[in-house]
Amino acid sequence: MGNSNRPLSPHLQIYKPQLTAVLSIAHRASGVFLVIGTLLLVYWLMALAQGPESYAHAQAFFGSIFGRLILFPWVLALFYHLCNGIRHLFWDMGAGFELTTVYASGKLVVVAAVALTLIAFGMAYAMQGGVA
Amino acid sequence: MSMRSPLAQVRGVGSAKAGAHHWWAQRLSAIALVPLMLWLVASLAAVATADYATAVAWLRSPLNSALLILLIGAMFYHAHLGMQVVFEDYISTHWLQVTGIILVRFLAILLAAVSIIAVLHVAWGS
Repeated sequence: MGNSNRPLSPHLQIYKPQLTAVLSIAHRASGVFLVIGTLLLVYWLMALAQGPESYAHAQAFFGSIFGRLILFPWVLALFYHLCNGIRHLFWDMGAGFELTTVYASGKLVVVAAVALTLIAFGMAYAMQGGVA
Repeated sequence: MSMRSPLAQVRGVGSAKAGAHHWWAQRLSAIALVPLMLWLVASLAAVATADYATAVAWLRSPLNSALLILLIGAMFYHAHLGMQVVFEDYISTHWLQVTGIILVRFLAILLAAVSIIAVLHVAWGS
């Protein structure tokens, strides 16, 4: 405290980006992004509560290119945060800290997040308008 | 040698007692959100692409409205816990940090209340 001459650790850009560090900050970034995205769910519920007309507006919004461009990254961020969150829960239990395991689980999380996102949108497009 | 930090020794207050509460609450809400979010995305993939009547019918089911209300509660709780940590880590100006945390907390409660009431509005008809 108070000593401005103490040595500083190297700046972030000195390091080559590593999967572990990138996934770590991506967990935070996706979390913040998801918080903003909760407004989409609030908007959808409010539109539904206000009646068929408002709901039609909401559906037009979500169905538009702009709406889809927001929805897709939001679902991807959700699944990434969810999968990586499970990875964190294993760490909380003291499991999976070996370097090889950390990298393997990191890759698995990315693959799972992309796969779940594609499945979700595949379901949505396959069921479009058809399911009760 | 004492294991306490110099600041803790000066203040003589010891630990904050509830030190693990935030951590535990964050994990607990995270665990709850795993099945709830999978359920929400799977449901909305079917329901949100259909028409108004389908969405209303879906939300009128007591199981669906109850799960959605629980999801809304856990989601905004988890969101405000997470944003609090982000503010604590990245905003060093103390009054700004505290103001941010308070605003996010109030906003989370407001959005949760609006969402839950919207669910009940549909579920109970009006």
